[in-house]
Amino acid sequence: MRVLGISGSLRRDSYNTALLRHVGELLEAEGADFEIYDGLRDIPPFDEDEEAFVADAVSDLRQAIQDADAVFFTTPEYNSSIPGVLKNALDWVSRPFATNAMRNKPVAVIGASAGMFGAVWAQADLRKVLSTMGARVVEGEVAIGHAGDRFDQGHLSEPNLLEEVREVAQLLMAETRPKVMERLAA
Amino acid sequence: MSITETNALPIGTWTVDPVHSSVGFGVEYMAGTFTGTFNEFDVAVADGVLKGSAKVASVQVKDPNLEAHLQTPDFFDAERHPELTFRSNSIERNGDELKIDGEITIKGHTEPVQITGVTSETIVDPYGSTRYGLKLETTIDRDKFGVSWNASLPNGEPAMSNQVTITAELQLSKEA
Repeated sequence: MRVLGISGSLRRDSYNTALLRHVGELLEAEGADFEIYDGLRDIPPFDEDEEAFVADAVSDLRQAIQDADAVFFTTPEYNSSIPGVLKNALDWVSRPFATNAMRNKPVAVIGASAGMFGAVWAQADLRKVLSTMGARVVEGEVAIGHAGDRFDQGHLSEPNLLEEVREVAQLLMAETRPKVMERLAA
Repeated sequence: MSITETNALPIGTWTVDPVHSSVGFGVEYMAGTFTGTFNEFDVAVADGVLKGSAKVASVQVKDPNLEAHLQTPDFFDAERHPELTFRSNSIERNGDELKIDGEITIKGHTEPVQITGVTSETIVDPYGSTRYGLKLETTIDRDKFGVSWNASLPNGEPAMSNQVTITAELQLSKEA
């Protein structure tokens, strides 16, 4: 099983990218292949006029999603919603709508924020966007508030939160298995 | 006068004439009724039992983006549940009026449903086949089938009703 990880934060010491590394360790421990997408910074602003000549960065992201059996998102929350860079990238991925790479793709969303609510609104908005694109969004949620107190040098220090993340990772894997079987049988 | 199940519809095996039949749905959305149709469906009446199915992939609405959205897990989830199906358990007839109890399956969820409608008398068509017509209608709660997408109006009310009316106008031909 191939899982692509996408963090909505570009910040070098991002809590969400650190969280995504934990996700990767948990998934790999369960036997999945995991890769973190690192091209978000290179995605140009979405412009319908540019659709006939999409940038390599956009093609690469579409291909990475296409090649993955599932996608795991971690997102911070900016002004009660999704970071603009992440929404912009998804707007590119969503085109053309009827055949976009996210259709029927199992996805999971969790998040961390420096504030107290753990990016719950950004997570809800991201789930809505992914559902509209046609993704198969698993229901598990992890909201890590006060992230500054909960990460120590890039490591999540609370075992109960890691356990919550593990549960979502397992939900995503369960949702993805039928597709992997299909791919392997083809 | 109520007639027993086996006589409610003409005896024999009858299959749908898809060209002269239609299956669709209507749902209250914003300020009016939004409608769609299924282009591919199959209906048969045999031994007094009515069975029908419609292909999710064949749904037609007036916006291609919405057609694509209807295929996704947000709505019908065509990848995992490519068909909607119906099977009758009992059919009662009173004059030309019908009351059909059965089970409908949408998105993998099966729920009991009651259909009302009318039937025509049998006729012989210009090609020598015997046929009759059914006009059927039922209302379901889409939430029970996991088809729960909604959006809020500015006043906070949901834009789309949970009550969906399914209609079928069918012409059935007798199998030789």
